[in-house]
Amino acid sequence: MSEQTTAQVEHEEYEAQTEHGAHDHPGERTYVGIALILAVLTAAEVATYYFEDQLGGLLVPSLIIMMIVKFFLVVAWFMHLRFDSNLFTRMFVSGLLLAVGVYLAALATFRFFG
Amino acid sequence: MSVSEQTAAPAGAVPEGAAHVAHDATTPAHHTSTGLSNEKLAMWLFLGSECLLFGGLISTFLLYRTREVTAGPPVGDIYDIPFTSVSSFVLLMSSLTMVLALSSIQRADHRRARTWLLTTALLGATFVAGQVYEFTTFVREGLGYTTNLQGSAFYTLTGFHGVHVTLGILMLLSLFVMSLRGRLPSGRAETVEIVGLYWHFVDIVWIIIFTLVYLIPA
Amino acid sequence: MALTEERPPLELAAGDEPVRNPLGAFTRPSSSYGWRSWLTTVDHKKIGILYGATAMVFFALGGLEALLIRAQLAQPNGQVLDPQVYNQMFTMHGTTMVFLVIMPMLAAFSNYLIPLMIGARDVAFPRLNALSYWVFLFGGLFLYSSFFLGGAPDGGWFNYAPLSGVAYSPGHGIDFWTLGLQITGIASLLGAVNLITTCLNMRAPGMTLLRMPVFVWMALVAQFLLLFAIPVITVALFLLMFDRLFGANFFNVEAGADPLLWQHLFWIFGHPEVYILVLPAFGIVSDVIPTFARKPLFGYPFMVFSGIAIGFMGWGVWAHHMFASGIGPVSVAAFSLSTMFIAVPTGVKIFNWIGTLWKGKLIFTTAMLFAVALVSQFTIGGLSGVMHSVAPHDTQQTDTYFIVAHFHYVLFGGSMFGIFAGIYYWWPKIFGHKLSERIGKAHFWMMFVGFNLTFGPMHIVGLQGMPRRTATYPEGMGWDLMNLLETIGSFLIAISFLMWVYNVAVSRKNPHAGADPWDGRTLEWATSSPPPAHNFDVEPTVEHLDDWWHRKYGEDEQGRPVRRERFTYLSRVDEASRLAGGDEPDVDVSAIHLPSPSYWPIVLAIGLPLIAYGLIFTYWLAALGGVIIIAGAFGLGLEPSVDPDAGHGDHGDHGPDEGHDQELAEVGAASGGDDDEEAS
Repeated sequence: MSEQTTAQVEHEEYEAQTEHGAHDHPGERTYVGIALILAVLTAAEVATYYFEDQLGGLLVPSLIIMMIVKFFLVVAWFMHLRFDSNLFTRMFVSGLLLAVGVYLAALATFRFFG
Repeated sequence: MSVSEQTAAPAGAVPEGAAHVAHDATTPAHHTSTGLSNEKLAMWLFLGSECLLFGGLISTFLLYRTREVTAGPPVGDIYDIPFTSVSSFVLLMSSLTMVLALSSIQRADHRRARTWLLTTALLGATFVAGQVYEFTTFVREGLGYTTNLQGSAFYTLTGFHGVHVTLGILMLLSLFVMSLRGRLPSGRAETVEIVGLYWHFVDIVWIIIFTLVYLIPA
Repeated sequence: MALTEERPPLELAAGDEPVRNPLGAFTRPSSSYGWRSWLTTVDHKKIGILYGATAMVFFALGGLEALLIRAQLAQPNGQVLDPQVYNQMFTMHGTTMVFLVIMPMLAAFSNYLIPLMIGARDVAFPRLNALSYWVFLFGGLFLYSSFFLGGAPDGGWFNYAPLSGVAYSPGHGIDFWTLGLQITGIASLLGAVNLITTCLNMRAPGMTLLRMPVFVWMALVAQFLLLFAIPVITVALFLLMFDRLFGANFFNVEAGADPLLWQHLFWIFGHPEVYILVLPAFGIVSDVIPTFARKPLFGYPFMVFSGIAIGFMGWGVWAHHMFASGIGPVSVAAFSLSTMFIAVPTGVKIFNWIGTLWKGKLIFTTAMLFAVALVSQFTIGGLSGVMHSVAPHDTQQTDTYFIVAHFHYVLFGGSMFGIFAGIYYWWPKIFGHKLSERIGKAHFWMMFVGFNLTFGPMHIVGLQGMPRRTATYPEGMGWDLMNLLETIGSFLIAISFLMWVYNVAVSRKNPHAGADPWDGRTLEWATSSPPPAHNFDVEPTVEHLDDWWHRKYGEDEQGRPVRRERFTYLSRVDEASRLAGGDEPDVDVSAIHLPSPSYWPIVLAIGLPLIAYGLIFTYWLAALGGVIIIAGAFGLGLEPSVDPDAGHGDHGDHGPDEGHDQELAEVGAASGGDDDEEAS
C-alpha cells in the first residue's frame, strides 16, 4: 500500500510538470473570460427573440453565427482542443463534419431548404 | 481518417530502441505510439460518434417541425423562451465550473475541486429539473408525447439530451465520492478531464439545440 | 504462478480495495484453462476466437433459414413454408448474415490479428473488448429468442416504414429486431472505439501507419465506418422502437410522418455498412495473396488510400438504394454520379491484386483459392453494382432477384470468401495446426460451384422480373428451371459448409504447423503458434513494411530475395521452427504483466437484454437490467485492470511494456465506465 502511495506522489509530480510545463493550459482567469463571452452571446441570442421583426432576414444567419461561435469557444477552450493534440481535433471534427454533411444532404433531399 | 502524417511522426521519427527514452523526455506520461492517452483518444472518438447520433435526432426534429400537425399545438406555439434561456444559461455555466474543477485538481487543490465538481453536478441537476418542469407544462398545454409529429420529435430529442445530462451528473457525483475517499489524486486528473469532455460535449449539443430547436422560428 | 485465486464476482461493489494478487508469471492459470476462463477472459486472442465461434454458429442458423427459403422456392407454388413464416425466414436470414455473421466474423479477425500485426500485447481496452463480445452475444441470443416468444421479425432486413409499424406487424418480432440490433450496435461501437485506439496508439516502435499490414488498415477504415454509422442506425431503431412501444409518430403516416425518413436513416447507415462488411475481407485477401504469390503486395500505398477513399465515398452514395422511392430527379442524378465514382477505388484494388498475382510464383493453397475467388466473384458483384448506379436501369431491377444476386456476389463472393480465406490462412496460427488442405480444396470447389449455381441464375430470373421477398411464384413464368438450379446450388453450399465443419473436427489430429507455416510476411508469424498470452516475448522494433519477411530474407546482388540462414523469432517457438533457421529471443518474460480477467464485462452485458425484454414484456425486468448495468459499470470502472501491486512492486526490471500495462490499468475509471453507461 505504501509503495502505491509513493508511486502516486511521483506520478503527481510528473503530471504536474507535464501539465503545466509542456501543455501550457490557460488559467482560471481565461476560463472565466470565455464564460463571460459565452454569457454575452447567449444574452444576444435571447435578445433576438424580442426583436424578431426588426431583424427580418438577418435573424437566422445571426443566430447560426452566434451558435457556431459559442460551439467553437467551448470546444477550443473548455475542451482544450486548442492546446491538445491535433489528432483529437481530427477525430472529433471528422465526426462533426460527417454529421453536418450527411444530414444536410438528407434534409436537402426532403426539399427542406426551400 | 487522414491521420497518417500526424501519427506516423512520433513512431517513425524515433530511432529504434530509443523510443521509450525519447517518450519520457518529450511527452506526457503516455507510452503509446502517438504519446497520447488511450482514454482521451477513446473519449474523443466516442464524441465524434455522438455527433451523428444527435445529428440524426436534430434533423428528424427539424424535418417534422416544418410539417403540419394533425392534432394538438405545434411545438413552436408553446415554447417558453425566457424560461428555457435561463436553463440554457445554467447548463452553459456548468461548463465553466467543470473546467474550474479540472484546473483545481491539476493543482492538487482537492477541496476546491470537490466544490466545483459538486457545483457542476448541481447546475446539471437544475437543468434537468427545468426540463422536467418544461415537459410537464407542455403536456398540460396539450402537447403529449403521442399527440403529434412534433411532440414525438421534440420530447425524444430533448429527452435523449436530458438522459445524457443525467448520466453526466452520475459520473460527476462518482468523481466527487472518489475524491472524498482520496482515490482521485491529481495524478488521475485525466479522469476528471475525460468526464469533463463528455460534460462539455453535452453542453455544446444544447447550444445547438437551443438555437435550432428553440430560437429559430419554423 | 501466483494468480490461481479467482475474484468473487461482486467483490468490489462497495468500493473495496481489490485483493492483491501479485502477478508473477506470463501465463496465469485463471485465464488459461477451463470453461470459466472463457467467461472472464480479457485476452484479445480468446475474445477473437469467441467471436469467430459464435459467428459460425449463427452462420449455420442463417444458412438453415436460407435452405428453408430455397426449399420453398424450388418449385412454383411452393408449400414448404406459409407466407408469414417465409417473411420471418428472409428477414432473419438477412439480419443474421449481416449483423451476426459477417460483422462478428470480421470483429474476430480484427480482434485476433490487429494486436499481433502491429506488435502489441493486447488491445487498448481489454475489458471493454470482452464487454463488446458479451454484449454482441446477448444481443444475438435476444434476437433469436423471438422465435420462441411470439415470432421472429418479418419486415425484411431493412424493415421499411410504415410496414414495420404496429399496424402492419402487430407481433413483437420487430420489437425484438429494433432492440436486438441496438444491443449489437453497442457492441460494435465499443469495439470500434477500442480497435481504433489500438491501431493508433498501441503500435510497436517503428510501426508507422504506412507500415501496418493492409488487413490492419482495412479493419481500421471499417472501424471508423462503424464508429460513425452505428449511431445513425441507432437513431433509426430508436425512433422505430418509440413508435412501436410508446406510440410516437415518427413513421405514422396518418399523423403526417414521412416514411422516407426511415429509408434515409437506414441507408445512411446501410451503405457504409456494406463497406464495413467487405473492407476487412479485402484486407484479408491483401495479406493472403502476397504470401502465396511470393511477392510483396503490388501498390501498397494505393491499396491503403483506395481503402480510405472507399471509406469516405461510402458516405455519399446511400440514396442509390432509394432510386425507386421518389426522391426527385436532382437527388437521383447526384447519387447516381457518386455511385459511379465509388467504383474507381474499388477497381484500383482489383487491379492491384491482379498486379500482385502477375508473374508471382503462385501457390494454390485453400486460402489462396478463396482469395482469388474473392477477386473474381467480387468483380462480378461490383459490375452489377455499377449497373445499379444507372438510375433507369436500377428502377427496372429494384425489388427483383437481380438485386439479390448482386449483393450475394458482393457479400458471399466478397466477404464470406475472404473470411474463409482468412480462416484457412490463420488457422495454424490460432490453433497450432493446419486445416486439411485436401478437405479444404474440396470444400472450396464445392462452395464455389454451389455459390455460382445459387446466385448466378438469380441474375437471369431477376431481369425476367421475378420479385424478391415473395413467398411463391406461379407456373409458366419461365422461372422454374432456374429456381430449381438455385435450390440445388444452395444445398451444395450447405454440404460444403459441413465439409468445413468436418475439416475442423478432424484437424486436431493434424501435426503441429510450426510458427510460420506459410512463410508469411507480417509480424503475427514471428511468434509461436498459438501465440503466448503476451503475444511476443520481445516487443518488436519495426523497420520495414512486411517486417517479418525482411527479418527472414535478404537480397543478393540482383535484388532477388535470399533466405537468411538464421533469423530470430519474437518468442519461444517449437522445435521444428528452430530447426528451420529460427532462433529464439533470450529474454525473461516473467516481468510482462497482462490485464487480469474480469467478471464485470459479462455481468454488465447481461443487463442489456434484460432491459430489452423488460421494454417488451414488463418494466420490472427493465429496472432490474438497469440496476445490473449501473452496478456493472461501476464495478468495471472501479476495478483496476491490472493488479496495482504488480505494476509497482518490483521496480527496475521492467521492460518497455510497463507503460502499456499502466495504460491498461487506467482504462476502467475513465472511459470504460463512461462509455458503458453512455452507450446504454
